[in-house]
Amino acid sequence: MPAVTETREQVEKLGQSSYKWGFETDIEMDFAPKGLNEDTIRLISARKEEPEWLLDWRLAAFRAWQTMTEPTWAKVTYPPIDYQDAHYYAAPKKKPGPKSLEEVDPELLRTYEKLGIPLHEQALLVGVEVPEGEEARLPVAVDAVFDSVSVATTFRKTLSEAGVIFCPISEAVRDHPDLVRKYLGSVVPAGDNFYAALNAAVFTDGSFVFVPKGVRCPMELSTYFRINARNTGQFERTLIIVEDGASVSYLEGCTAPMRDENQLHAAVVELVAMEDAAIKYSTVQNWYPGDENGLGGIYNFVTKRGACRGARAKISWTQVETGSAITWKYPSCILQGEGSVGEFYSVAVTNNHQQADTGTKMIHIGRNTRSTIIAKTISAGQSDSTYRGLVRMMPKASGARNFTQCDSLLIGDRCGAHTVPYIENRNMSARIEHEATTSKISEDQMFYCRQRGLSEEDAVGLIVNGFCKDVLRELPMEFAVEAQKLLQISLEGSVG
Amino acid sequence: MTVVTDIKRKQDLCRDVAETSGVKKMSELLKISGLHASIDADGTPKEILRGVDLVIPPGEVHAIMGPNGCGKSTLSYVLAGREEYEVTAGSVSFIGRDLLAMEPEERAAAGLFLAFQSPVELPGVNNANFLRTAVNAVRRARGETELDAVGFLKAVRAATKNLSMSDDMLKRNVNVGFSGGEKKRNEVLQMTMLQPKLAILDETDSGLDVDALRIVAEGVRNLRSPDFSALVITHHQRLLDYLGPDRIHVMAKGRIVRSGGPELAKQIDVEGYASFLAEAA
Repeated sequence: MPAVTETREQVEKLGQSSYKWGFETDIEMDFAPKGLNEDTIRLISARKEEPEWLLDWRLAAFRAWQTMTEPTWAKVTYPPIDYQDAHYYAAPKKKPGPKSLEEVDPELLRTYEKLGIPLHEQALLVGVEVPEGEEARLPVAVDAVFDSVSVATTFRKTLSEAGVIFCPISEAVRDHPDLVRKYLGSVVPAGDNFYAALNAAVFTDGSFVFVPKGVRCPMELSTYFRINARNTGQFERTLIIVEDGASVSYLEGCTAPMRDENQLHAAVVELVAMEDAAIKYSTVQNWYPGDENGLGGIYNFVTKRGACRGARAKISWTQVETGSAITWKYPSCILQGEGSVGEFYSVAVTNNHQQADTGTKMIHIGRNTRSTIIAKTISAGQSDSTYRGLVRMMPKASGARNFTQCDSLLIGDRCGAHTVPYIENRNMSARIEHEATTSKISEDQMFYCRQRGLSEEDAVGLIVNGFCKDVLRELPMEFAVEAQKLLQISLEGSVG
Repeated sequence: MTVVTDIKRKQDLCRDVAETSGVKKMSELLKISGLHASIDADGTPKEILRGVDLVIPPGEVHAIMGPNGCGKSTLSYVLAGREEYEVTAGSVSFIGRDLLAMEPEERAAAGLFLAFQSPVELPGVNNANFLRTAVNAVRRARGETELDAVGFLKAVRAATKNLSMSDDMLKRNVNVGFSGGEKKRNEVLQMTMLQPKLAILDETDSGLDVDALRIVAEGVRNLRSPDFSALVITHHQRLLDYLGPDRIHVMAKGRIVRSGGPELAKQIDVEGYASFLAEAA
C-alpha cells in the first residue's frame, strides 16, 4: 500500500520536528503530534490500516468541519476550545496510576462504596497499578478482570452462534467492510454538525453491532460491557444495525465515575432499525463533573440518532445523565417506516456548576408513527439545566402522534431549569401533546421526611427517585437500582 | 363516658404492672422549662413562645387548648425541630436528653412523633415505600434490625386492619390526592408503625367527620401503654371525650396559663378562653 507508506513517512517527518525525543520505537509510535490537520487524519487511518474509502470519508468530514463553526444556540457557556491544542491519536502521556487503593482520593472510594461496587472493580476503575511480579496488598483483582477472557469468550460464542456481530468498530471495518461502508454515516452524515464532523474525521474507537434478520440478541449487551470493554474513548463512534424482526438492548456507560484524561468528548451513535426491529439504547453517564467550584470536568458533545427505516420499527433511548461539566446531547429518532415508534426517556441531573442542554428530536416522516418523550430535569447548587426538544410532523405523517412530558425539579434557589420545546406540524391529522411542570423540593417536604426519621440525603433521594420513577423503570433491571443510588449521590450536599 | 372509664382502668392496670414488675418509673418523659422561641417576620424576630413550662410523665395523655395564634402549633414545630423557629431561651429534655440539640431525624429516632396539621404531599413517592424507609431509618437508629419487605408488609397490614383502613392507601403516593380524612389517617398509620414514645397531634381532629375522628382517636388509644405519651393539640371536646386525657393545659399568648384535670376542657367548652386571656395579659 504505497499511499499508506507515504503517509507514514510524512507523519514521521512531522513528528520528528515537534517531538525531540526521537523515534526509537517509531513503529510502535503511539501518538500523533498536537494539532488537527489532514496529516493527523491520514496517520489515524494508516495506523488503523483502514481502506481508502474510509480515509476519503474522514478527509471529507474534516474539510466540512473546517468550514463549520461551533454551535452557540445551546444554553451553555465555556471558554473557547483550542482544537489545535490537542492530540487526536492515542493519548497524551498517561500519568502513572496509584499503586494501591490507599493512594486514591477517599472521596471517590466512598462513592464507589455507596454504589456497592466490589473492591477489585474499584481498583480497576481508578486505574491502580500493580508493580510487576508483586502481589497487590488489597485484593486488587485487576488481572482477574482483565483475564476474564474466558467469560468474554463465552459471551462471544453465544453471540456468534446467534449470528450477532459485536466488536470494536475498527475490527468491523476490517472484517465486515461492506456492512460498515453501507451504514456508516447513513444516519449521522459526516458533515451533520460541527461535533459530528469532528468525530467522523478523527474517531478512533467505538462499537459495532449487527443483529441479523429475526434474531433476538440472546443477551443484554450491557452485561458484556460490565465485564469487558471500557472503551470510553474521546471520539467514540458506535454503529448498531438491527435487521427485520430482530432486537437488541444495549447499555453504554457505567454508574461508576471513570478516571479520564481527556476533557473534550464528542461521540457519535448511529442506530438503524429495519422492519419490525427494536433497539433499546440505555445510557448511564457519570463522567467527572468538575469540582464544586466548577473547575475541570468533561465537556460532552454527543450526536445520537436512530433511524426507524422499516414499518413498525422501534427505537427507545433511555438516559440517566449525572456527570460531565457540560452536556450537549439530543438523542433523536427519524420515524420513517409506517407505524414506527420512537421513545425518549431522560433524567438529567446537574449540581454545583454543571450545565446540561439535552433533549431529543422526533422526526415523523411515515404514517401513523408514534413518539413519546418523558424528560425529567433536576437542578441543584448553581447549576443550569435545559430541556430542548423538537417534534416535527412531516406532510406525509398522517395519523402521527406525539406525547411529551417535561418535568423540572429545583433544589435550592440558585439553580435554573429551562424547557425549550420546538413543535412543527405540517400534517393536519397529526396529534401533538405537550405537558410541562416545574416544582421545587420544599422545606415542608424535607421537614416532613426528617420528622419521620429520614436523613436529609435519604429524603432528597426518595423525592428525586419518585420524581424520576417513570424514566428509571425503563432502564435494564440491574442498572435501575444503581441509577437510583447514583441520583442520590450526585445530589449529596445539595440541601441544607 | 364509658370509653374514658375503660381507658382509666386499662391505664391503672398498666401502672400496676409497671410498678409490680419493678420497672423504675421515670417521672418525666418530656420537660419543657422557660421555653422562648421566635420566628423571623420580615427581618424582625417575632416572639411566639414566651416562657412555656410543661412536664409530661410517661404513659399520660395531655391536651393543649387555646385560642388561635397562641403558639400551640409553634410549640409542636419547635419540639419537632423545625429550623425556621429560633429558640432564644429555655430548655427541653426528652427521655433525659437535650432535645433542642438534636436534629429532627434524631428526635424522631428517639421516639418523638409529630402528626402534622397539614400533612405534606410527596409526589411520585410510594406511600408504602416511604413508610418502610421511615420505619427502617428509625429502627436502624434505635439499634433494631430492619424489616425486610415481607416483615414490613405483615406489620403494615396488621396496622391498617387495626385502624380499619384499606390497603389501597399504601399503593398511592404519599398524601397526593388524599382527602382530608385520609391524610389524617395516614398520619395515624405512620404513628402506629413508628412506635413513638411521645406523639404530638397537632389539630389532627380538625376537619374530620365523626367516623374519621373515631378512627384517629382509636389509633391513639391503641398505642396507650406505660411507654407511650401523647400531647394533643385541639379545639374540640369531642376528641378529648374519646381519648380521656390525664391533664389539660390552656395556652394563651405564648405561655401555659392554667393546667388542670379533664374538667378544665369542659369549662372551656362552656366559657371560652376569655377568662384565660385576661389571666395571660
